[in-house]
Formats: sequence, C-alpha cells, structure tokens
Amino acid sequence: MAKASALPSAHHAPALEMRGITKHFGNVEALSAVSFTLRRGTLHALLGENGAGKTTLMRIAFGMISSDAGDVKVGGISRRLHSPRDAIALGIGMVHQHFMLVPEMTVAENIELGGRGRFDSDASANKLRLLEEKTGFAVDPSAKVSSLGIPAQQRVEILKALANDAEVLILDEPTAVLAPAEAQDLLARVRDLVLNGTSVVLITHKLRDALRYADDVSVLRHGRMVLTGAMSDFSEQQLAAQMLGREPRTTVAKTRESISPAGESVISLREVDFIDSSGVRRLHNVSLEVSAGEIVGIAALEGSAAWLLRILAARLTPTQGRRVLPERLGFIAEDRQHEGLASTFTLYENVALKDIGKRKGRIRWPAIKRQTLSLIERFDVRTSGVDMRAQNLSGGNQQKLVLARELDGNPDAIIAENPTRGLDINASSMIREHLRRARDAGCAVVLYSSDIDELVDLADRVVVLREGTLIKTPLDAGAIGNALLAGHRRLTDE
Amino acid sequence: MIEAIAPFLEGTVRTATPLAFAALGETIAERSGVINIGLEGSLICGALGGLVAAGYGSTWTGFVVAGISGAAIALVFAVFVTTLRSNQIITGTAITLLALGLTGTLYRQMYGSTGAALQISTMQPLSIPMLSSIPLIGQALFAQPPVTYVLYFLIPLAWWWLYRTHSGLALRAVGENPEAAIAAGVPAARFQFVAILFGGFMGGIAGGVLVIAQVGTFAEGMSAGRGFIAIAIVVLGRWHPIGVAVAALVFGAASALQYLFQSMGWGLPYQLFLALPYLLTLLALAGVAGRVRAPASLGKWELD
Amino acid sequence: MAALALLGDMLVRATPLILAGLAVAVAFKGGVLNIGAEGQLLIGACTSTAVSLKFGSTLGPLTIIVALIIGMLAGALWAAIAAELRNRFHVLEVISTIMLNFVALYLISFLVRGPLQEPTRIYPQTSTIAPFTQLPVILEGTRLHIGFILAIAAGLIAWWVVRNTVAGFRLRLTGANPRAARIAGMVNVERTTRNVFLISGALAGLAGAIEVHGVTFALYENISPGYGYTAIAVALLAGLNPAWVIASGILFGALEAGASALQRDAGVPSTLVWVVEAAVILTVLGTESYRSRRSRQFVAPEFAAAQGSS
Repeated sequence: MAKASALPSAHHAPALEMRGITKHFGNVEALSAVSFTLRRGTLHALLGENGAGKTTLMRIAFGMISSDAGDVKVGGISRRLHSPRDAIALGIGMVHQHFMLVPEMTVAENIELGGRGRFDSDASANKLRLLEEKTGFAVDPSAKVSSLGIPAQQRVEILKALANDAEVLILDEPTAVLAPAEAQDLLARVRDLVLNGTSVVLITHKLRDALRYADDVSVLRHGRMVLTGAMSDFSEQQLAAQMLGREPRTTVAKTRESISPAGESVISLREVDFIDSSGVRRLHNVSLEVSAGEIVGIAALEGSAAWLLRILAARLTPTQGRRVLPERLGFIAEDRQHEGLASTFTLYENVALKDIGKRKGRIRWPAIKRQTLSLIERFDVRTSGVDMRAQNLSGGNQQKLVLARELDGNPDAIIAENPTRGLDINASSMIREHLRRARDAGCAVVLYSSDIDELVDLADRVVVLREGTLIKTPLDAGAIGNALLAGHRRLTDE
Repeated sequence: MIEAIAPFLEGTVRTATPLAFAALGETIAERSGVINIGLEGSLICGALGGLVAAGYGSTWTGFVVAGISGAAIALVFAVFVTTLRSNQIITGTAITLLALGLTGTLYRQMYGSTGAALQISTMQPLSIPMLSSIPLIGQALFAQPPVTYVLYFLIPLAWWWLYRTHSGLALRAVGENPEAAIAAGVPAARFQFVAILFGGFMGGIAGGVLVIAQVGTFAEGMSAGRGFIAIAIVVLGRWHPIGVAVAALVFGAASALQYLFQSMGWGLPYQLFLALPYLLTLLALAGVAGRVRAPASLGKWELD
Repeated sequence: MAALALLGDMLVRATPLILAGLAVAVAFKGGVLNIGAEGQLLIGACTSTAVSLKFGSTLGPLTIIVALIIGMLAGALWAAIAAELRNRFHVLEVISTIMLNFVALYLISFLVRGPLQEPTRIYPQTSTIAPFTQLPVILEGTRLHIGFILAIAAGLIAWWVVRNTVAGFRLRLTGANPRAARIAGMVNVERTTRNVFLISGALAGLAGAIEVHGVTFALYENISPGYGYTAIAVALLAGLNPAWVIASGILFGALEAGASALQRDAGVPSTLVWVVEAAVILTVLGTESYRSRRSRQFVAPEFAAAQGSS
C-alpha cells in the first residue's frame, strides 16, 4: 500500500526512540523510567527474564498499551500512539508471542485485515507472492490458518507485519514455539531483513540467540533498564549476570536427598484410548505406570499433552482402557487464571474450592481461613491477606497458592501441567523444590513441561508423547528434542 | 385445501418480511461479536415511530423514522456494550424493558389509555409486472408492499459487503478474534458500535413493516417476541445473509401453516397457533445444536 | 389507618417480587440467565389453582400446602425444559426462557377460556378458590397475607445456604468461573446448572402460586403485570444477594404501589414503572462496569500471556 515513509531521509535519527517510559498495573510497577533506542538498520536484542517488562515496553511502542509517563519518537519525530492502527500507519509491525490470527480465516484474509476498499482474493494472492519473493517467507494464501502448523502460522504473523510496509519490526519471543533448527532458520532470515534495511527488535530470554544475531543489546530487569549498548561491548557473563541480578551458577546442582527404589505403583494406565468431543483421537493405546516417590516427566508438543494429563488427573475419562488412580490427587493446570483459580474469588475461597464437587454439607469459613493462612506461610505466598482476590496476586504467587492447595493434605499423586511457565527464576525454583520434596515424601509426580531442560533436571525418567502414543527416551535433552521433532516434522505441511 | 395454498404462500412471505429485516440487521451485529437481546426493543420503537410519522407524512417517511427510532434505542445498548463493556444479555433485556415501557407510556399519553387507536392507511401491495405472473410463487413473492422489495435488494448487498470488502472482513474478524483485529489496526469497538446501530435500524424497519405495511395501527407489546425469534433465525441461518433469508421464509411458512390447518377444519384451540412460532423456535434451535458455529467471540463482552 | 393500608399494599406487591427476585438472583448467581421467571410464575399459578379448584374438597385443610408445592414443582419443571435445552442442545437460555414465557401466556389463555373457566362461561377466568384454600391475612385491615412471611423466610434460607453450604458455594463458583469449577473443583457443571434452573423455577412457581392463593383468589389472563421481568431489576439492585433481595423487593413493591396510585389519581401510565426498572438495571450495570474496568488493568501482559491461552 502506498504510504510515505515515516522515517526522514536523514539517516541519523533512530528508527525508534523511547524515553522515560513508566507503566503501572494497579500498584505493581511494570516499567520504571525505561529508555530504549533502536538504531536504523540494526537488530536489537531486548533481553530479560520472564516478567521483566519486555513485552510491556514493546506493546507501548506498538500502541497496544498506554504509558503513564515518557514519550516515543518514531524516525526522530515525537508521536502519540493510541492504538495499533497508529503504529502500523507509522511503519511499525509486531509479531506477538501468542499469535494474533483469526483461526477460521484464510492466510490471505488474515494478512489483508486492516486494509481498505474492495477485497479481492486474486489481487491479495499476487501481493503475497511478491512479498514472498522479497522476504523469503512463504505460505499458501488460501489455507485456513487453523490447519497450519505453528512455524507456518508464525510466518503468517511475520508476513502480516511486513505486508504493511513495516520499517520497524518487533518480534516477541519468536523462537519460543520453534524447534531448535527452525529457530535458527527464522533468525537467519530475520538477519537478512535487517541487511535490507528493516530495523528489528528481538525480544528474547535466550542469551545465545542474542549473542549470535544482534547488533545492539538491552537488558531489562524488574522493569528497569540495567544495560544497553552495542553487543560487542559486553561479554556473555556480563549479560547473564545483569539478566539475573547476580552471578549465574555455572553448574546446576543436581542433588538427590535419597535415591530411593521406586515404590509401589500409584497411577496405572493400561491401553488407554481417548477420543475428544469433536471425534478426534487424541490418545492411542497409552500405557503408563507411575510409582510412589518418583517424578515422571512428559515431553510433548505445545498443547498436545492436555488430554493425557487430564486423564491422569481424573478430569477426563478414557474412552477405552483401564485406569487406576489414587483417591487423594492434586492437579496443577497450566492456565492458572481460568482453570486453577477463580480469579474474582478471594484466596481462602480458592483454597476451599478444591474438589468441592465431591463434597457435601456445611462450609465453615473460619477454619478455611486458618488453613489458608497456614498455607500461605508455608509456601511463601506474598499477599496482604487471605481476603485478597486471586487476580491481584502476581503470577508466581498465584501458582504458589495453587501448588499449596493441591499439595495440602499430602496427596498420593500430583499431576503438574507446565507449572513454571511464565514465572520468574525465583518462583520457578521454589515450585521445583516443592515438587522434589513431594517426591521425596513418597508422592507420585507426573510433570509436563515445555522446557526440556527443566524436565531433565527434575524428572527421574521421561516419556515423550508423540501423536497420541508414549515413547520412552533416555534422560537426555538432545534425545528428547529429537524424539519430539520426528513428530513435529509431519505437522508442518504448507 | 388447494384454495388455501395461495394465501399460505402469501402469508409465508408476509410473516417472513419483518423477521427477515430484523434478522438481517442482527446478523451484522452478531458477526461483530455482539448479541443484541434488545432487538425486540428496536422493533417496538420502530412500530410506534413508524405509526406516528406515517400518520403525518408518507409511508416511506414512516419507514425512515421507524428505522431511526429503532437505531435510537439501539444506541443506548451500543453505548453500554461497546463503551462500558457491560454484560450484553442483561443490557439487552433492560433495553427491551425500557422500550416497552417508553412506547407504552408515549402511546397512552398521545392517544389515551382507552385506546382510541390511531389508524393509518397502510402501504398497498405493488405487483411487479411479469414476475408476479409466475405460477404459484409469483403472487407471493412479487405482489407485496414495496418495502419487501427493498429487502430483496438488501440481502445480496449484505452478502457482498460481508465477504467482498475489507470492512466486511474487518467486521468478521472482530467477531471471531477481536484481539487479532485490534492488533491488525481494526478499531474493533467502533465496528461493533456501528453494527449495533445498523441492527437497530433494521429492527426499527421491521417494526415499521408491522404497522405501516400490515396492521395499520399500534398496540402495546405488538412486537410479541419477534425480536427474539429473529435472533433464533440468525442461528438457524448460520449467520449468513442468504441463510438467514431462507430461515426467515421457513419460519414464515411454519407460522402460516395455521391457514392450512384452519381450512382443514381441525378443532384445535387458536392459542396453539399463537404459541406455534415460539414452540417452533425452541425446536429449531434444539435441532441445529452442535451443527452450527457461531462467531467465536459472540457475546464476550471484553475485547481481549 | 390509611398508613396501614398503604404499608399493607406495598408489602402485598412486594411478596411476588421478592420470590421472583430470589428466583432470578439465585439463577444469575449460578450462571443461569433465567429470563423466564414470568412464565414459571404463570405455570405455578395455574397448576396450583387447578389443584385447589379440583382437589379442594378431597384434601381439605391440606389443600393450600399441596397447591403451593405443586406450584413449585410445576415452575421447576417449566424451567427444566430450558435446562435440558441448554445442557443437551446448547440453546441459549435467554431465548428459550423467553419463548417459554410466551407459551405459558397462551396456555393460561387457553385454560381460562377452556377447561378451567368459571361455570357461567362468560368471563375468561376461573371460579374463585374456596376460602379454606386461601392464605390467611396477617395484618388486619389490609390484604397482607402469610405469603409475605414465606417470602422473607425463603430469602433468609437462600442467603444462608448460598453462604454456608457446599452446595451454595458450588453454585457461586459455577456461576463465576465454570472452567475452574470443572477443573479445580471437580464440579459436574451440567448437573449443578440443571439444579440451579430447578430451584429458580421452583421459587418463581411459588411466587405465582402464592399470588393466586393470597391476593387474586382466581386465575385470569393478566394475573402478572410483568413480575418476572421486574424481578430482574430487583435481583440486580440487590447485587444478587438473597438477603438484599428482600429489601429490594419491598422497594419495588413501594414503587409499584406508588405507580398505580399515580395512574389512578394523576393519569400517569403504569408502563412508566418499566422505564424506571430499566433505568435501575442500566445504572447497576453502568456502575459495575466502571468498577471492574478500574481493577481490570492490573494484569500485565507478561502475566496474562504467560498464563496460557484463555
């Protein structure tokens, strides 16, 4: 679409300049007087742990959120961005961590979204072809987005941003959902874009990627910009230390209190099949035994472990096969806000709701409140009181509350679905520690994690869920990755 | 029984017309993700507005004012739902209550509660030459009041707009995934606002049809749930302008069956026929269950 | 004693509003948008009337109790239709309950002009129910009957149950967050929802039955001036809290008493009351919206995005 370039021809002005950006969410300070400069024609890595404020900062640049203070300059000119519309008009494009695509619509429709006038599928297919030649990202225009694999969907996201003549491209954790080979492929292509003049911000928590591809680097920690400058000015150790706020441990201590022999079988699945409500077979002939005092890790592609975990947690019933589960069982769902907790309820109400469907009679609130007080103390849940609403806790504290509730009463088994996702380092390690302690106390733990390193670190053994069946693999990150990938390849059809 | 077929077909189209107007408008609104239970309110406001305007001016003036009246009450709904992001269902119910109360009050103030009802001369059917001579369906489809012909034109127009323009695409995206639409630069709330007003305008026209093209007068509560039935027709028509038009015809046919039954002399209580449209709605909705896919974001009141 | 008469009138009008208001409040709180209290009320009215008329002589002094119970059961059954349609066929209960309201209306019309019509066959209404089937008056000089006490009792019981029992907590949880209820709470959401429909329908049916046996003593077509719809305003104003519904119901009873006096004395149409009720609902919605918008922006994108797909 013909549009005058937002950037002046004098190439001295930075493509994007943000100064003194402050943002509060309630009384949580997400960003504190942050300044960020993107030089023209560079790839700038924005590093930081989960919760550091990287996405917030870039969403402000894209007009999705407003800042409480500070200003934004695009191409040297101060601009007010009220919505993504404004940002797009100024040549800023953003590829989001969770794709902003309409699954029911075709690729062409998704890319054309936001345009004007008549909508012609042939004209848009041509436009797409031209774009493909220019950038090297290719997708079938008439395919429905919901039928595409994850890497292909990401290409649609990227093309969408580029189709609007983006001169500034913001990528939010683009490699998080890709297998290692695909990730490198993507970053190499992005590097090509930069060579052709696009200015890119790469939000990532993967230091290695930043080191390899970025020209400039900035590090955010707890909402503050702690380091910024050319990549060549810093060492890997410096960057890692700034991200974490301390010297990183060079080896991850893998202590085991007692390597107890596996106890008796607590969970048993024999030849289990599961067909979901739309008739799709999700599990085929799955057998699994979990014993007391062990952590079994499950590796799987994004979103495919949900059914297995819920069958293990008695939330779903197998269509076929035999299942034995203990009476006392805990389940930590991945979606804290909507499945683990009732966000509008108070902390003590959230403690009370565990297994409420199976109970009868009266509820005595004073006892529940006392129980909750004890739980938040034992599990270090930071809160101003048991009367607080769950939605006002930070992600880490919410997860600690869920964990506390599920571990309370010493269940015989715990099923954990990506329990440390999106949590910062401290909360994550605390959760892991609790799971280890549960295992040491004789609990049977099943852990699904999208982080293979975490699986290897925590689990006693790992199984890979691939296309509805379980495959045993050695306790090694490379082997697990390969086993997953073999299935992944088949999902990426163009 | 043969003599009953012609009035049956004519009755089908006549019953279907106001339903189709309202349902077409509601289709656009629901495609943007908003379910307007207050559609009934637009209908009754359109009925009263149309009556008064047609009494003073021409029938076409009446229709325009009817549409505006329907849009006006829908404006209240739009503000609450798109700006304040209130619960759509409860807001819609309040709007219907408001409209029934307002029209009832205004009508009594203007014409007295003993119901010295205002009578207006209705819009007469206009036969389209040649087309109206087609055997069986010619009279039914092409010897209707001219406002019905406006409907015949609007249906394909709506279909074209929805699927062949960028604004139609944007509207559909808002109804499926408002977050994605916003991220693509579409002003989602604004689309919803305008879609609701359009739906209200069409609902008002539907009310106008009842008064100006059919009954010739106003009675409190005369919309009789047609707004809700129109919402069911949107589901039956799978949120597609052509489908909705067909569903409205099917509904009209089912309601017009009473002519056939009466001519066959079965001694069924007349209340059964009056209740028929509502029972039909229930059966139809139950029948399509699981086989229709609503816009993914329908009824969600937050945009993200 | 004009003040007493006024008080009595106000509380008489409040009785069906409290009960129907409870029906709506309990339903909404449980995530069931029951707009069908009007129809359930009518069904309760006609079934209880039929019992009193046809079985009064057989049941004697028990008649009134049996009639009220049958009214409750009938109201629950009427609501059960919408429950099944929702659970099994995913039909929005807003639409199905409104449709059922119309069906109930025509059913009444049929009954009072047909099987239940009074013997002279002149008027579209039933015979008056026998005095021993009528609810006793509790305030002399007024029409205030024991149904008012029943309504208050129902409100207090509902309040206690919702607050202090597992069933009540399940209701609140299912209404607030059905997914968390299912996953974290192991709640059978379909069964809980169905029970909510039944209880709501029963309360509305009771409202209808009490109205006939305490005030009108006969069944006719316009027996309800829209109590089921007013009940929505009553419930929302009370914040869906059963204890507050009692106060809210009395307030609206006063409103309606005043409105009908205005119509009688000053010629102001009673339809104006609906406008006021709509305004009440909209105001409650507006303030709720305002309050929740202020607390919504608390979730930072990292947390929201990291907490998985919603």
